[in-house]
Amino acid sequence: MLAKLRQADWQPHLLLPVVIVLGLLSMQTATWVTLTAAGLAMGMMLFLMASGLSLIFGLMDVLNFAHGAFITLGAYVAFSVASRLAPWLGMDTVGGTAALLLLVAIGVAIVGGLVGLGFERVFIRRTYGSHLRQVLITMGGLIIGEQLVVVLWGSQPTTLRKPSLLQGSFTFGGDIAIEKYRVLAIVVGLAVFVALQLVLTRTRLGLVIRAGVEDPEMIESLGYRIRRLFVLVFAVGSMLAAIGGAMWGMYVELLNFHVGSDIGLLVFITLIISGLGSMGGCLIGAVLLGIVANYVGFLAPRIGVASDVLLMIAVLLWRPRGLFPLEAK
Amino acid sequence: MRAGALDWLLSGDTPRSRPLSALCFATLVILAVVPFVFPQTRSIAVGARICVFIVLACSYDILIGYTGIASFAHAMFFGIGAYGTGIMLAKAWVGWGAVLIGGSAAVVLSVVLAIFIGLLSLRMRAIFFSMVTLAIASLFLIMTTQLRNITGGEDGLDFSLPFQLTREFVLSEDRFLGARLDGRFVSYYLTFAVAVGLFLLMLRIVNSPFGRVLQAIRENEFRAEALGFRTVLYRSVGSAVAAGIAAIAGVMMALLLGYNGADATFSFDIMVDVLLMVVIGGMGTLYGPALGAVIIVMAQYYLQPLMGALHDALEGWPLLPHIVDPDRWILWLGVMFVLIVYFFPSGIAGRLREAASTARRAKVTATDLATRPAVSPDSPV
Repeated sequence: MLAKLRQADWQPHLLLPVVIVLGLLSMQTATWVTLTAAGLAMGMMLFLMASGLSLIFGLMDVLNFAHGAFITLGAYVAFSVASRLAPWLGMDTVGGTAALLLLVAIGVAIVGGLVGLGFERVFIRRTYGSHLRQVLITMGGLIIGEQLVVVLWGSQPTTLRKPSLLQGSFTFGGDIAIEKYRVLAIVVGLAVFVALQLVLTRTRLGLVIRAGVEDPEMIESLGYRIRRLFVLVFAVGSMLAAIGGAMWGMYVELLNFHVGSDIGLLVFITLIISGLGSMGGCLIGAVLLGIVANYVGFLAPRIGVASDVLLMIAVLLWRPRGLFPLEAK
Repeated sequence: MRAGALDWLLSGDTPRSRPLSALCFATLVILAVVPFVFPQTRSIAVGARICVFIVLACSYDILIGYTGIASFAHAMFFGIGAYGTGIMLAKAWVGWGAVLIGGSAAVVLSVVLAIFIGLLSLRMRAIFFSMVTLAIASLFLIMTTQLRNITGGEDGLDFSLPFQLTREFVLSEDRFLGARLDGRFVSYYLTFAVAVGLFLLMLRIVNSPFGRVLQAIRENEFRAEALGFRTVLYRSVGSAVAAGIAAIAGVMMALLLGYNGADATFSFDIMVDVLLMVVIGGMGTLYGPALGAVIIVMAQYYLQPLMGALHDALEGWPLLPHIVDPDRWILWLGVMFVLIVYFFPSGIAGRLREAASTARRAKVTATDLATRPAVSPDSPV
């Protein structure tokens, strides 16, 4: 046990706790609680958007630069569904709000998954094995996707309001304030993480997917159709990106056609930091990014905008393959 | 003898296809006579822009076409070159010294930055390089808009050019063959000469032993490593060379415009344009990206307004006006880009070369069959 611990690279696991403790030491407790909650919420939304991409890359070695287009799509579908349904469901009741959010989530998931299926067929299927072609094709896919959003919803920025019950914050002890929407984001993020983990570790399907990440050729030679598996994972990944995009869109409340590729950059940084190894690593990387962004934004607002890229550079200098890389690859 | 000199100039890497040679030759000739044949300000500006983008697209080709790594930070180096020159001319003094200092500082910064990015991300799998360059390019884009007192923020920088490049500088009062011999004339030919020089330099680089190693890495990294080449080092140096040349292109752009802003040289749109030029023209050929630059710049200046006119003319028809709506321009570019990567991955130049080599092979086989005896008893086995 001890020998195993010594062999494994345990230092990256300490990074997040150390950052949180350092944050506590350098600011007032109330501020720290607020910022940590904000960072956690941001991290959870990032995780939603990054988890699919991480799975897709792990399983099929495909890096989808068009992921941002799915995020934008999710946000705009949420806008369309919400603006049609909101007047019907009493927005000042808990039941109405919950029903609205549920319907929005279902609509976004269906559209995201279906578009993901189509996208895999048209754009990804013929590029397996060639990274350069993948980068080029999916970049073209991003341009086309964003422009189609412009065709369908116009190029003017649109506002996507949070339901009124989710506006404002919970306050504790007078000076601690946590936005209600952030609590929702944390809950949804954790729920998706737990669900993904359960599927991946407790079902036969998850077993095959994990084995595919480890060694795709072996899985194929055992008779599983890895392509079919991948189509499924791609659709689920796109679905998660769309749901994450819907959550993100409601959080920033202002949509434009490049909202997805803007935040998509943070998604890529999440993947680079976490090292594309596992769901858990992806979650820790996303939370780390969210928390550092919030701390730095408060402590040194001038470099706040650059904190994500600086964190990425620092991590790469320390661990060139990311914090939690998959050993086999 | 003259063919030998041309061969030397092109580093032995000729277009190897008659139509491609013709296209390249036509481009060269037309660009060489623009101020005489099309003396309007606008066409001279288009010609000069084409020259700059030929340099930019070809330097990107060294990276994506010859080394096989996709960087999204190439426009960043272009922007660094332009800002280096612009900041010196706007904040220090106006003169060639300022251009030289600002330009060389920008080139050095670009080379150092490229090596840093390379060492940071090329040790991992090549795909990380694309993501890391994307992140760092966005950092620079944010920084230029934030550091308002140095870079002019979102408004950009207006600066005066060295006197010899301005309209006030007059070589001769008389027109020479229809061309106005002023600073803009000097500026155009300076750009043209630098572009031709850099193009020949890049041909030399990719056909040098160093360039061959880059291509070996593109074809099979593992094998290149096994042959004893340090692939990380070669790739880093390759990206540094590309970055330095992109920065020089940025200096040229700044000296043409007398203005620099994020949208002019730094933005992601420029990056996408360059990507389109290289892919449409043909990756890994240098001649292709040069043609791609001509096509895309011409399309931006002339096709887009044409689409606008067509859009207005077709007012009232069903569907058609929407298709030629100038706002759909980027959509169609994206569709064309994907179609080309799918069906003509070697681009215009690659396609023409393939056709030429197929024809050549067919000819050789035909003559071989006619002249060579089927089996000769004393032929070595």
